[in-house]
Amino acid sequence: MGSYIPNTEKERMEMLAEIGYENFEDLFSDIPGDVKFKGFLDLPAGISEMEVIRRMKSIASKNIVFHKIFRGAGSYNHYIPSIVKSVTSKEEFLTAYTPYQAEISQGLLQSIFEFQTMICELTGMDVANASHYDGATAAAEATVMCKDRRHETVYISESVNPSVIQVMETYCFANDTKLIKIPVKEGITDINALRKALTDDEKAACLYVQHPNFFGNFEEVEALGEEIHNAGGKFIMGVNPITLALIKSPAECGADIAVGDGQPLGIPMSYGGPYVGFMATTSKLMRKLPGRIVGETKDAQGRTAYVLTLQAREQHIRREKAGSNICSNQDLCALTASVYMAAMGASGLQHVAELNMSKAHYLRNELDKIGFKALYDKEFFNEFVTSSPVESSKLMDTLEAKGILGGLPLSENHILWCATEMNTKEDMDELVSVCNDAIYGKEGK
Amino acid sequence: MDLIFNIGQEGRKLSLLPGCDVETVSISDGLRRNNPPKLPQLSENEISRHYTKLAERTHGVNNGFYPLGSCTMKYNPKVNEETASLEGFAGIHPLQKESTVQGCLEVTHKISQYLCEITGMDSFTMQPAAGAHGEFTGLLLIKAYHVDRGDMNRKKIIVPDSAHGTNPASAAMCGFDIVSIPSSDDGCVDIEALREAVGYDTAGLMLTNPNTLGIFDKNITEITKIVHEAGGLCYYDGANLNAVMGIVRPGDMGFDCVHVNIHKTFSTPHGGGGPGSGPVGCKALLAPYLPGTQVSLDENRDCHYTASEKSTGAVKQFHGNFLVNVRALTYLLTLGREGIPEASSNAVLNANYMRVKLADTFDIAYPGTCMHEFVMSLENFKKETGCSALDVAKGLLDYGMHPPTMYFPLIVHEALMIEPTETEPKEVLDRCIEALKEIHAKAHEDPEHLKGAPHNTVIGRPDEVTAARNPILCFSREV
Repeated sequence: MGSYIPNTEKERMEMLAEIGYENFEDLFSDIPGDVKFKGFLDLPAGISEMEVIRRMKSIASKNIVFHKIFRGAGSYNHYIPSIVKSVTSKEEFLTAYTPYQAEISQGLLQSIFEFQTMICELTGMDVANASHYDGATAAAEATVMCKDRRHETVYISESVNPSVIQVMETYCFANDTKLIKIPVKEGITDINALRKALTDDEKAACLYVQHPNFFGNFEEVEALGEEIHNAGGKFIMGVNPITLALIKSPAECGADIAVGDGQPLGIPMSYGGPYVGFMATTSKLMRKLPGRIVGETKDAQGRTAYVLTLQAREQHIRREKAGSNICSNQDLCALTASVYMAAMGASGLQHVAELNMSKAHYLRNELDKIGFKALYDKEFFNEFVTSSPVESSKLMDTLEAKGILGGLPLSENHILWCATEMNTKEDMDELVSVCNDAIYGKEGK
Repeated sequence: MDLIFNIGQEGRKLSLLPGCDVETVSISDGLRRNNPPKLPQLSENEISRHYTKLAERTHGVNNGFYPLGSCTMKYNPKVNEETASLEGFAGIHPLQKESTVQGCLEVTHKISQYLCEITGMDSFTMQPAAGAHGEFTGLLLIKAYHVDRGDMNRKKIIVPDSAHGTNPASAAMCGFDIVSIPSSDDGCVDIEALREAVGYDTAGLMLTNPNTLGIFDKNITEITKIVHEAGGLCYYDGANLNAVMGIVRPGDMGFDCVHVNIHKTFSTPHGGGGPGSGPVGCKALLAPYLPGTQVSLDENRDCHYTASEKSTGAVKQFHGNFLVNVRALTYLLTLGREGIPEASSNAVLNANYMRVKLADTFDIAYPGTCMHEFVMSLENFKKETGCSALDVAKGLLDYGMHPPTMYFPLIVHEALMIEPTETEPKEVLDRCIEALKEIHAKAHEDPEHLKGAPHNTVIGRPDEVTAARNPILCFSREV
């Protein structure tokens, strides 16, 4: 059996005796006998470190690790610089908790302050929080910031990642919020449908749009923002942080709140988590921002100091009146994103973004040549939807056999593809050739 | 020390990526950003040194004692980090086909099964990301249950006044009204107050047991019975589960759902505030409403995703904080059926050892055997010396220890809440006891010195009032 208890059996008995207890049973005498658990838990017997590593490796080996990945849809295969893992493995960062005691947490607090600054730089917004669970929950909680008695309805575009819509639906069910979905037209949010939906609504709270959206297309965000603003609601944009090196920031597009998932910034795909959500807003909405926020101040000697601040917003002060119950942040993942952004720098991030865009365009062209026709004619980033001349699920099996994780089948005849800087031209050509064989046989087109 | 934005030079960079091997495509003018984000421009060496300096100014469990009550700051075993880094886990895309992620499903299935056994529940969802997120999820189940039955009047959640601040906030997020009930003189639920509070509109009760004072509520089965008889359900806040594993189970106490703080009880690192993981378990009656997917085994022991038609959907994207759950499974397999209860017994032993040894100097808020933590009240001490619980906490910083939780629970004045955990050796407990006694004695001799503490840290007490009044929340921008 493994154990992390330092005190030996002898020491434990001495400690018990020293404080007047005969045995461990005595410590639990307040627990009524009829409710106590009797016997042993039905768990396996404990094992040594060597055995546990062997066990876990054997479980991990039942997964298939793909090295040629053409799937995104919310989780992206990006290059992670070596410095990232090195920094985030530092035990001080790993084993600390929320920096309640500023005097011994200056390093952690400063790193969060730097994260907030980088998120403000990317999004162009005035303030960012110390992070959220993920992009989906950040989006859901952003809508809460926009609601009050006169602003109750939440609008979401159907071009948003369906798994984010699902989280939004769950949160809206929880707090009895009316959620209205705006349909998609030609791969982007149907602005006329939005305008129509907003006409009769005097209580519009906000609109949530993803840019680029689930299909990879850039939205006409400025126009959408104008519509919701005209209706008296707030504009929330969900963004991919990598794109922000290239495209207009949410602030420039008129967003009141910008959220997103930080996974592309150095966080491995990890079967979906942990990732990190980011959330930034205008100074006007600052006091409605949920989650931890770090601010700069001074100590009595005038030394610069960082502290958790604006705590009057938070659940431990406001309890049931708080807008959110969140009391932690995803600090280690936020740190990962910060180190990634520091390692890339502005020019590096721009390079990553350009590589993604260029490769995705190359792949789309090549796929088009063999009959995978692009579904939309919009400007896109690193994802796009095509038709599939063969049953998409069968095609995926063929690709899998070649060690390739193909795009995400949206239906039997539609596929959402993704290309990143990790996909070489050679890999993309191989993908296209395997697809070609699947359609036309070895001798084909 | 310098902010990362104040080091480096224009043009410095790392060489991380190759050039483009296909035709370059540029963003159109209409979308293009005119002012690129101002990110640092550094060499790798500068980045490395910057974060090394920040790490030196950070106190984690690895640096020293961290008896932060209610947070269970136990040692984070290194083997957990190793297993979570395996490419077979970290390199998996969340939307891979079921047959290609059998290992991930096995992790999810195993840990769900073990957590069911430890908590006495029937099903688990591994999707919630943190304790508060688990609370939200648990209340969502309660809401979905009442709504599904057409019992629309059940709008109230009962929460004792000793509860974690997240409890009422989570209930509010689920659209419930909160009824706060006072604690009785022994710090436990006031049974009469509870009886008066329940009724046709009761959706449920949220409770921690042992409670936030570290006391096990003896009336627990009566409490859950009162709520059930009124038609409500009982939610167990698993923040204090480290006290009772293998000793008493929430399911046997009458609770219908529970969240578990993986990062507390199951030794995964707190990461400076996260990522944690807050899976939610429930009895069969609530299982149809669980969000996320569950995993079942077929006759060939192949794993499959399952989701109920009545599921509340998703509380988070994908499958939860999976790598955190991998760490927890590693821990569970290591400790096993004997080690898990042993962890709890020793957490309780260490807490009682400190409680008894400190009782001659400090007032213990509620005397008697505690569970994994206890609360001291420094109200009298403050009257004697003018020094507060905050001052004592700051005094501890000069001893290289993280202070206990301050001013919580709210029902104890000048509270310090100590949770040593089972992974601390006796010598460390003794040193903390001595330090607290020394601070106590010195405060009587020279209270001003303590009010100026800490004296040996990189900064003194920060001016929090100015920070909140004139917030500076990012570099070179004032709001």
